[in-house]
Amino acid sequence: MSASKPAATTKLGKDLLDIDSLTKDEIQLYLDTAESMWEINKRSIKKVPTLRGKLVANLFFESSTRTRFSFEIAERRLSADSISFTAAGSSVSKGETLLDTAKNLMAMAPDAIVIRHQRSGAPHMLARELPCAIVNAGDGAHEHPTQALLDAFTIRRRKGRLAGLRVAICGDVLHSRVARSNVSLLTKMGADVTLSGPRTLMPVGVEQYGARCVNRIEAAVEDADVVMMLRVQKERGGGLGYPNDREFFELFGLTPERRRLARRDAIVMHPGPMNRGVEIDSSVADGPDSAILDQVEAGVAIRMAVLYLLIGSSGEE
Amino acid sequence: MTDKPILIAGGRVVDPSRGVDQVLDVLMKDGVIARVGERIAAPKGADVFYAEGLVVAPGFVDLHVHFREPGFEHKETIATGTASAAAGGYTTVCCMANTDPVIDDAPAVAFLVRRIRETAKIRVLPIGAVTKNLEGKELSEIGLMKAEGIVAISDDGKPVSNGQLMRRAMEYASMFSLPVVVHAEDPHLAQGGAMNEGLVSTRLGLPGMPNAAESAMVARDLQIAALTGTPLHFAHVSTKESLALIRQARASGVKVTCEATPHHLTLTDDAVSRSRYDTNYKMNPPLRTEEDRQALVDALNDGTIDAIATDHAPHHPDEKALEFADAPFGIIGLETALPVLVDAFLPAKVLSVSRLVELLSTSPCRAFGLQGGTLAEGVSADVVVFSTENKTTFTAEALESRSRNTPWLGRTLRGRVERTYFGGREVYRYDESRRRPAAAPASR
Repeated sequence: MSASKPAATTKLGKDLLDIDSLTKDEIQLYLDTAESMWEINKRSIKKVPTLRGKLVANLFFESSTRTRFSFEIAERRLSADSISFTAAGSSVSKGETLLDTAKNLMAMAPDAIVIRHQRSGAPHMLARELPCAIVNAGDGAHEHPTQALLDAFTIRRRKGRLAGLRVAICGDVLHSRVARSNVSLLTKMGADVTLSGPRTLMPVGVEQYGARCVNRIEAAVEDADVVMMLRVQKERGGGLGYPNDREFFELFGLTPERRRLARRDAIVMHPGPMNRGVEIDSSVADGPDSAILDQVEAGVAIRMAVLYLLIGSSGEE
Repeated sequence: MTDKPILIAGGRVVDPSRGVDQVLDVLMKDGVIARVGERIAAPKGADVFYAEGLVVAPGFVDLHVHFREPGFEHKETIATGTASAAAGGYTTVCCMANTDPVIDDAPAVAFLVRRIRETAKIRVLPIGAVTKNLEGKELSEIGLMKAEGIVAISDDGKPVSNGQLMRRAMEYASMFSLPVVVHAEDPHLAQGGAMNEGLVSTRLGLPGMPNAAESAMVARDLQIAALTGTPLHFAHVSTKESLALIRQARASGVKVTCEATPHHLTLTDDAVSRSRYDTNYKMNPPLRTEEDRQALVDALNDGTIDAIATDHAPHHPDEKALEFADAPFGIIGLETALPVLVDAFLPAKVLSVSRLVELLSTSPCRAFGLQGGTLAEGVSADVVVFSTENKTTFTAEALESRSRNTPWLGRTLRGRVERTYFGGREVYRYDESRRRPAAAPASR
């Protein structure tokens, strides 16, 4: 395959748990490697033998379509064997602990475990206890590192760079692991990040994160190069965050008028799944500036890069 | 009593109850302190312990432990809990009522007192529940429980959210001279929280409990204490705002005392991040910020804090080996308390030895009106001998507690309990052979 490990001096850890603990060089390595993977995805035969004989287990303790498909496709394109299960079909429903489930799985010798879990820190617990690579596919309200990487990849492809860009991240920041990972990644890479949302959906202390914080979406979107909308997590809101969807859309949603406050060549992003008419107007989501489907496409390349870098030992190539 | 007399010779006797801090001998005989003085001749047949370079002090008193018996004997029992206490230099502990069944009526106290008589290595004083089954709905048998031996009442772990009920409980308790011990927490403000609310909880994506969840309840209960005149004791104070409120209320005449834990005095919420979600850093109230920690340390010296209490809260390893948000709150603390405090505060001269002993022994007794906390002649010979220089390594093998949930497991700290005597009998002796890694402490 054409993907050779760039920057041999950058040493990655055993796992990918969060962006917070990555260096700028490590982020760069993931993004650069994903470029090669992106090429593979453009070929007519989109499969390489790189991870032949490797086993990847996808543990999804929280429902997901996009992320799970994306990992599974990435695994298949790299010729890894992969198995997936969701909480409903696993031993969790029989009262087994996460650690026991993972240890049992470990006995079957996977090379990597991809885990999504509703509890923050669940992947860290597995990483401490298990010798295989752990990839965090989203843990509670903590982080979603592959999402931030694919977002950065998308921005870089569309804008040619990350440093110096003005990025607005808007909406339900409180419950968003996507926001945490993105703020961490983008500020490390030198972007100028503004967070906006109703005060009830802004986490405490977030202003110390290196991002500017405002309540009015207009103040965040103005002159932005990138407008990233977040999914309003109604299932976690508990009725204390905002009065109703109508008020949220009227005051905090991305309408075509508000979109026009950003730069003319700005792109609009959303990690999905979207609440149309709540955080984003359909005409913006489906408009010419939308990079939403580019993000999905980038997801496969990023996840290929992550698995390749973590378990594709160069000696066997 | 047929026990041999014991002479502790040549130690630095620190007895804040009488302002003593000098090298003296202590003679224990017939279960009591027979004499404290210079060059006491050992009586015939006496055991002599030469304590040069060691501190000899009144046994420590913990106002706040959970011994889990009855109902949760897989976590701790009175036997293992008191063994743990003795190993930490404690000779008196007060145990909380949140067992199963809850200690909320006279028969429950009577049962507990019998188990204590049968299995305890040191003095255990029961605390009764404020409300039946800790439900915060109706008063428990406070008067009858007093007759069976409770020393205070508390719904620890489950704050009494109904202000009217709290008022009535305090009025009622005042007739029996029982202090009311409050775990100050507004249940709605703290709802769902797994750690301190702040930058760290935001970064870790964990639901937080703001300082105000504690201080709002402190403010309410101080007002009720002022209204009723009943002595109030705040358990495990963790925020600077609570301390300010307590200071202010005390200045205006409210009868209020409070305690702080070794973990709140030495750790901050940052530990949850550095340890990457280690559930041994999950407790309630949560570890706060450095600003709060510093305020607590200052309050040790200015007298705002009356007692250091451990909130010894054993949990089985299976229960702690869960996702952070799902794991139970609490850590064990009896065996780690002295070394944690010595290591953090003595070399840095933040506390004097005498103030440390006062906070661990004399002053807690005063807060609850208990006997003890002194080496006065004639009192029960409850004595701890400890070193401020020797080190202690905490290993799973050496811990006397049935549980292992402490963030200091595997750590070596300055400070060591050498001997503990209860009623003139040795109930603990440091044993180097049980702590393998301690073989080369000098290199640490």
